[in-house]
Amino acid sequence: MLSLESIKAQVEQAIPGAKLAIVRNDAPSAQHSLLVDNASGLAVAAFLRDDPALRFDYASNVTGVDWPEMELTEKIKVKKMVEGVEKEVEEVKKTLRPGYLEAVYHLYSMELKHGPLVLRLRTENRTDKAHLPSLTPVWRGAEFQEREIFDLYGIVFAGHPDLRRILMWEGFKDFPMRKDYAEPDDYEYEPTPHDDVLERARQHYPAEGKG
Amino acid sequence: MDEGLRSELQKQGVFTTTLEDLYNWGRKNSVWPLGFGLACCAIEMIAASMSRWDLARFGAEVFRPSPRQADLMIVAGTVTKKMAPQVVRLYNQMPEPKYVIAMGACAISGGPFKQGYNVLKGIDRFIPVDVHIPGCPPRPEALLHAFMTLQEKIDQQQLTGANRPRHLNADKPSEFPVPEFGEHDLEPPNNRAVWKAPVLKR
Repeated sequence: MLSLESIKAQVEQAIPGAKLAIVRNDAPSAQHSLLVDNASGLAVAAFLRDDPALRFDYASNVTGVDWPEMELTEKIKVKKMVEGVEKEVEEVKKTLRPGYLEAVYHLYSMELKHGPLVLRLRTENRTDKAHLPSLTPVWRGAEFQEREIFDLYGIVFAGHPDLRRILMWEGFKDFPMRKDYAEPDDYEYEPTPHDDVLERARQHYPAEGKG
Repeated sequence: MDEGLRSELQKQGVFTTTLEDLYNWGRKNSVWPLGFGLACCAIEMIAASMSRWDLARFGAEVFRPSPRQADLMIVAGTVTKKMAPQVVRLYNQMPEPKYVIAMGACAISGGPFKQGYNVLKGIDRFIPVDVHIPGCPPRPEALLHAFMTLQEKIDQQQLTGANRPRHLNADKPSEFPVPEFGEHDLEPPNNRAVWKAPVLKR
């Protein structure tokens, strides 16, 4: 398979206006992914499927990721005057990264036997602008998986043929796979509670778990 | 009836019994389960009904496809919150007398999915359960044991008096409220008339 950089260059050449970025994965797998902007998402997907050198004809897996709002800290070196002498001082810089949701597509080519290409789409935020273009028109197999993401993460896929909840019932309001999901308070006694279960055990059975 | 007189009569070829014994004997040997399964425990239930374990020995070989013809509900598998109203509704549609065996860790408590958002923490929150079987999944022998336990329970039922079973007591309910799908959980999350939160005795 071509390198991710060259695929990115090809896509940018073929689809003017497409904003692509490579999201690095520093883990040993080094499975870097391609972040696509929402406006050209569908066009990029169609190009990846139809281009004779790429032919990503199979969306193996579609999944959601929740990135809640997070405070990032990084150490930067700043030059400062300390007691009349200019010195390099380390400062901690804090930035607030806004929360967003992602849909991740793992693409393979059955015809050319290569892959995976990891494609990411990112929503603007986690509340009112959790919209993404649906890639079901390109890969039909993504239909139920996008429904599942809609059900569990709350990403609204524009252009999806049948966007309903698939696992939870109609009328269910929460998105259980989000990090900030609070499940209904129906704790039941457990003999060996631990971690957050222990915390709930203390709330429901105050005599328990003190030792 | 006096035991000595009974055995004396038996020697003469006269067999006597009580209506209660006859009634319970007949019912305990023709308990027809409802043929439905929810998850992997159902495979063990099917195995128990086949020739190797042969549930037919106990008079339970006919798994009925309709709740109207069934006496016993074997809740075999994980009861998801989405499935729970249908299970309760099936139970309501069964005619009295009816019994419930909760088979496997999921059906009795939620099992490995107990901390999940989508699994009911035991079917006994909504319907009265007669026999609980632990195990993940229980062996067919465990189901046979539960079945024999249920038979003993049926055998000991008194037809009259304050302790008579539910189906002979017009004041006791034979149907139980079906939970509805709420915005965050089932509404209500449990039936207080049937289930109470466990209290620790220390």
